[in-house]
Amino acid sequence: MTSIDHGPATAETPATAAHQDAAPVPAPSMPVSERVLRVLIPLVMLAMLIGLWAWYVAAYNIPKYILPGPGLVAQSLVNDWPILGMALLVTLKITFAALAIALVGGVALAILLTQSKWIELALSPYMVILQVTPVVAIAPLILIYAPSTQSALLICAWIVAFFPVLSNTTQGLKSTDHNLLNLFELYGASRWQTMIHLKLPAALPYFLAGLRIAGGLALIAAVVAEFAAGSAGAGSGLAFRLLESQYRLNIPRLFAALILLCATGVVIYAATSLISHLALRRWHESAIRREN
Amino acid sequence: MRLDHVSKTFSNGTIALKDMSLSIRAGEFISLLGPSGCGKSTALRMLAGLGEPSSGSIVWPDGSHVAGDKKGGDIGFVFQEPTLMPWATVFKNVWLPLRLKGISQSEARPRIMEALEMVGLDKFAESYPRELSGGMKMRVSIARALVTRPRILLMDEPFAALDEITRQKLNDDLLRLWEQFGWTIVFVTHSVFESVYLSSRIVVMAARPGRVIDEIAVDAPHPRGIGFRTSQAYGDYCRRASESLLSAIGTADHL
Repeated sequence: MTSIDHGPATAETPATAAHQDAAPVPAPSMPVSERVLRVLIPLVMLAMLIGLWAWYVAAYNIPKYILPGPGLVAQSLVNDWPILGMALLVTLKITFAALAIALVGGVALAILLTQSKWIELALSPYMVILQVTPVVAIAPLILIYAPSTQSALLICAWIVAFFPVLSNTTQGLKSTDHNLLNLFELYGASRWQTMIHLKLPAALPYFLAGLRIAGGLALIAAVVAEFAAGSAGAGSGLAFRLLESQYRLNIPRLFAALILLCATGVVIYAATSLISHLALRRWHESAIRREN
Repeated sequence: MRLDHVSKTFSNGTIALKDMSLSIRAGEFISLLGPSGCGKSTALRMLAGLGEPSSGSIVWPDGSHVAGDKKGGDIGFVFQEPTLMPWATVFKNVWLPLRLKGISQSEARPRIMEALEMVGLDKFAESYPRELSGGMKMRVSIARALVTRPRILLMDEPFAALDEITRQKLNDDLLRLWEQFGWTIVFVTHSVFESVYLSSRIVVMAARPGRVIDEIAVDAPHPRGIGFRTSQAYGDYCRRASESLLSAIGTADHL
C-alpha cells in the first residue's frame, strides 16, 4: 500500500502498467493464413460459379442467343472492347461527375440545414420529395428541360446519389457529443471553429457511410437514366450498348456489358470502403477489430 | 472570486440553486460536497461561464462579472467524462484549447509536452484515446485543462466514473500537482472521503432547493498521503463531513 503514497506519476493501474514503458504499438495485423484465405475463398467461389455456368451451357446445349458460355462472353469482351470501353468511359464520367457533385452539394446542404431549424423546416420536405420520386418517372421531364442528353443523365444520377450523402451527413452533424460541445463553448470556440474541429470530424463516419451508398447508387442511377433516355442517348454509355445488344440479339455482348457494369460497381464499392477504412481505422469502432 | 447571493432557476421552474454565497481565495482547494441535485454542478458551470445566474452575481478578482472574459486563459475545466475527441491523438486533444486561440502546433508543442509530462503521459502523445485506459483518458483530460496554465481549475466529479485504485492514484497525483503549482481548485464530488483527503475547505450543500448548509475547514498539513488517510484526524473530519451530509439529505425529502 505504501507504494501508492509516493509512487511515481507514471505508475498506472495493474492493467495498464504492462505497456507503460514503451509507447503503444499499433494493434497486431491479422495472421498471414487468414489473409490468404480472405483472398482465396472469394476467388475459388468465383471459379466454381463460372465452371458451373460453362458446364450447364455445354451439357444442355443452350443456344448462344439464350445463354452464351463464359468463353464466348470473354471473347466478346475482348473483341468488342473498342465499343464497350468507350461506353464504359462515358458511363464512368457521368457516374463520377454525379458522385462528386452529390458529395460537395450534400455536405454543403447538410451544413446549411444544421445551422437553423427554420432552414431545415423549409427545405427538408423538398429533399424528401426529390428522394421518394422514382428517377425513371422524372427522367423524361429532365430530358426535355436539360440542355443536352449528357447533362440530363448527370442530373438524374446526381438526384439519386445526393440524398444518402445529405441525410447521413445531417444526422452526423446533429449527433455531436454534447459534452464536447460544452467543452468547445467553455474554451470560447467560434461557430466556425466548432464546425471545423468538432462537428465535421464527428460527422465523418456518417458521411463515409453515405458515400458508400452514394457510390453504388450513382452508377445505378446513371444506367437507369440512360435506359430512360433510350435512343436519345445514342452512342453513349454502357446501358445504351446493353439495349442495343438486346435489340440485335447479340447476347454475348450484352453479357460482356453487364459484366463490365458489375465490375465497375464492385470497384466503386471497394474503393469507397477502402477510403472509409483508411479514414477511420485509428479511432472509430466500426474499423477496429474486436479482441476479447 | 466570489459568488454573491447567486440563484439559478431552470426554465421548467426547478430551483437548482438558491441564494448561494461563497468566496474563494487564491490557492484554495475547495470541494463542493452534496447529494445529487444539490446544484453543485450548476454552481461550477456558472463559475465556468456556462449559463448565467438567474439572480445574484459572480464577481472576479478584477471586479468583472463576466466569466467569458476569462475563458481560455485563466480557467481550466475537467468534466466527469474525459470528453476527448476520439479522432484526434492525445497530443491534438491537449492542443485543443491553444488551437482554438490560434496557437500553432509547433508553437504549442513545448506547453503540450509539459502538460502531458505533469500527468505522466508524455510517451502516449501519439496514441488515440481509445487505446488508453479510463484513468489515462482522465489524465489526458487533466493535461488539456492544464495546458493553458490556468490559475483556477474547475473539476466536475472528475474521478467519479473510475475504479477505486485508479481514483486514489489520481487523487494523489492531483494533490501533488496542486501542492507544487498552487492553483485554485474547485472540485465537485459526492464522496466524503475524497473531499476530506483533497480539500482545504469543504462546502456541504443540500438539495431541493440547492443551497449551502455547512462549511468545514480541513486544516491538515501538506503533503498529505497514506499517513493522513489512515490518521485519527482524517477519521474525525470524515465523521464531521458525513454528519453534515446526512443532515443535508435529512432536510431534503426522503431519498
